[in-house]
Amino acid sequence: MSDPGLREATRSGPGRVLIAVYAVFALSATARSAVQIATKFHDAPLAYVLSAVAAVIYIVATVCFTRGSRTSRLVATVSCTVELIGVLAVGTASVLDPSAFPDSTVWSVYGDGYGFIPVVLPILGLLWIRRSSRVPAPV
Amino acid sequence: MVHPLDTILLIASLVCAVWSLVLLMLSRPVGKRWLLGALLLIELALLVQAVLGVVQLAMTHRHVSGVVFVGYLIGSLLILPAATWWSVTEKSRWGVGVLLVGCLVIPVIIVRMNQVWSGV
Repeated sequence: MSDPGLREATRSGPGRVLIAVYAVFALSATARSAVQIATKFHDAPLAYVLSAVAAVIYIVATVCFTRGSRTSRLVATVSCTVELIGVLAVGTASVLDPSAFPDSTVWSVYGDGYGFIPVVLPILGLLWIRRSSRVPAPV
Repeated sequence: MVHPLDTILLIASLVCAVWSLVLLMLSRPVGKRWLLGALLLIELALLVQAVLGVVQLAMTHRHVSGVVFVGYLIGSLLILPAATWWSVTEKSRWGVGVLLVGCLVIPVIIVRMNQVWSGV
């Protein structure tokens, strides 16, 4: 069941900027993990698998926020939650046991290599899903 | 990557980022057309940089990770057209917010590209 009002509410306004940032992370994380896995997977398999997982989550979020249907908003809620748990778990693990991460991932030290955007992004995503569901549909 | 073009591009894209931020704050897209014009110039300069970069890569004797380097060169060309497309289809002032994101990505790509070039 499509809802054009909800779709527009999700992907316009601040949602537009959120989608842009997610798209940048989807592109960079995908490219980065593809190169890492293709060229030096055995150096740090855990880190590179986590990079790939992050890449998939960023792609899912970008697509779901852009689609903006009820179903895709639900998927985005789940993926942002997984993303937040992931960045907190990997961030904490990389601080406590740096030797487990010989090469860094997008989520290492809460995304310090990416200006800590990785830890802020899922929070903004979840807030935006909440907020855009209450905003009256723009004409 | 020692030619001054990358420094000029870095500064120009940061200036456009500030410009986008001001337009976002003003909540009225005054002079957005000029901003888009400036972004077009930056895109053309990025194209020149991409060509020069490939030539430099072909001529260097040092070991440079070619795939990653060319990946960044190609990536740098995609950002502004994508940001502009995603921005102009937005009616509200948040459209320039998308341009702001695009303008901030360019310096990051340039810095990373220089790191790849010098083998960091």
